[in-house]
Amino acid sequence: MRPRGLWWVGVGVVALALPQVLPLYFTHLVLLTMIYGLSAMSLDVLAGYTGLTSFGHATYFGTAAYTVGILTTQHHLPPALAAAAGVGAAVLLAAAYGLLATRAVGVYFLIITLALGMGTWGLAYRWSSVTGGDNGLPGIPPLDLGLPWSMAEPRNLYYLVLAVFCVAAFLLYRLVHSPFGLTLRGIRESEGRMRMLGYNTWLHRYVAFVVAGGFAGVAGVLYAFYNRFVSPPDLHLAASAEAVLMVILGGAGTLFGPLAGAGIVVFLRNLVSAYTQRWMLILGVVFVLTVLYAPQGVAGGARALWARWRGHAPAPRPQAEPRKEPVAEP
Amino acid sequence: MSAVCLRTEQLRKHYGGLRAVDGVDLEVREGERRAVIGPNGAGKTTLFHLLSGEVPASGGRILLFGRDVTRLPSFRRAALGVGRTYQVTNLFPRLSVLENTLLATLGLRREKYDPFSPLAKHREPMEDARRLLEEFGLWEKRDWPIGSLSYGEQRQLEIILALAGRPRLLLLDEPTAGLSPAETQAVTQLIRGLDSRITVLLIEHDMDVAFQVAQRITVLHFGRVLAEGTVEEVRANPEVQAIYLGSGEL
Repeated sequence: MRPRGLWWVGVGVVALALPQVLPLYFTHLVLLTMIYGLSAMSLDVLAGYTGLTSFGHATYFGTAAYTVGILTTQHHLPPALAAAAGVGAAVLLAAAYGLLATRAVGVYFLIITLALGMGTWGLAYRWSSVTGGDNGLPGIPPLDLGLPWSMAEPRNLYYLVLAVFCVAAFLLYRLVHSPFGLTLRGIRESEGRMRMLGYNTWLHRYVAFVVAGGFAGVAGVLYAFYNRFVSPPDLHLAASAEAVLMVILGGAGTLFGPLAGAGIVVFLRNLVSAYTQRWMLILGVVFVLTVLYAPQGVAGGARALWARWRGHAPAPRPQAEPRKEPVAEP
Repeated sequence: MSAVCLRTEQLRKHYGGLRAVDGVDLEVREGERRAVIGPNGAGKTTLFHLLSGEVPASGGRILLFGRDVTRLPSFRRAALGVGRTYQVTNLFPRLSVLENTLLATLGLRREKYDPFSPLAKHREPMEDARRLLEEFGLWEKRDWPIGSLSYGEQRQLEIILALAGRPRLLLLDEPTAGLSPAETQAVTQLIRGLDSRITVLLIEHDMDVAFQVAQRITVLHFGRVLAEGTVEEVRANPEVQAIYLGSGEL
């Protein structure tokens, strides 16, 4: 077997063994890491690969979670159906919001996604009769799919989340390494050139937006059934910003880096807050250090270290800006 | 006489009060090699932006292969068979040489929408990219990032990207800008060696290159066509001489 395949088998064995050897508390943290990691990875498709930094990614995560909450607690739908509806709602919302947001790029895109996210948060916060308002929606049932294992038991839920995460991560991995994924990176680098090569770049950006929203929806559904409770902070701007933070910490455009970024955020929040209320301060320091000393994030830094350990210098990083010639003409 | 490939009628582009392109009538026949020359600010690059569809026209019409494309976006014109290069190198800097080329060979194929199978599975675009890179001697450097290529190689890649879609009309915006004399000669030979069915429109500051490559020359000045004709006619034109006298380029 190739070393790469061996490596994956190793990761798989560790992931399967974790809940058996780790204390329950840490199983919870790994589970949360997978949920937030999936959301951050889907954002990476948009922010890292396509170059569209969305500050409203929690909107799709939260909408899926709310859909599950509303359908299970108020309409008593079976969990499996509510889960499908949750993903569907995220996709539909992304398809609608995407029409507005993908008309812009750069900082304008960022502002539009932020505004749309805040609007959706306002809806969750104020539309009390449906969303429970500030109180949120407690009492979401466990994700029982008719399997012999109860999903109220965190270790069982861990394996379900692990399975869903693996399938989703596999699909995202294939996406970014496919021709379509390459077109997204091309758009990030030079959209004008892409159009001249025959690409309807808007369509590619729009599809990336909807795909990212859909996978965030999958994460949101898992979150709703894990937490058994949704409330406005789940789709607040702060949650969206946290997703961006995970992507940058882990390394934008590395796909699995943001999973590490999610792990850092989840573990810091839960472990450090046991000792001090100022865990945000620690997170801030980690963030500043990352941006200063590993601008490519954890994944980029690890790659550079690996290359150095293997004895050859890392491949020369080209400048972000193409070389400009002095000759200019209107 | 061969069919008309490109025709513009009173084509205009105004930026506020600036008339960058101000009523240009142009007719280029299929297979023709046409150079567009003119002093800085004559509107040559703006004309190219209008032809490629990257900038909307303020007025007038553009006909490509007999079809009115004035309102067509650039990606649709690319699908009709327009390829172009840029005066300021416009590549994908953080992608490898091969990835740059693959984006060009995928551009007009349906496989570009495939979100699942790996790039290497797509034989035809990969083979096209390999053939092009081998032809230009860049296949050995296929995994290099663009920033590691020499400037001359980057200019070559500009042309590779424009050729990958098998264009019928090729717009070359100063392909030799910033190149050494030897590199300039190589690019000149390359353009001369292009398939004779490809129509080439070329902006060039280097008159030697323009005269070697083109059969006919259009001179732009302040957004208007000042003169048009064969190399000899343009050379002998007193108005053209007057414009170029100060710069000493002709």
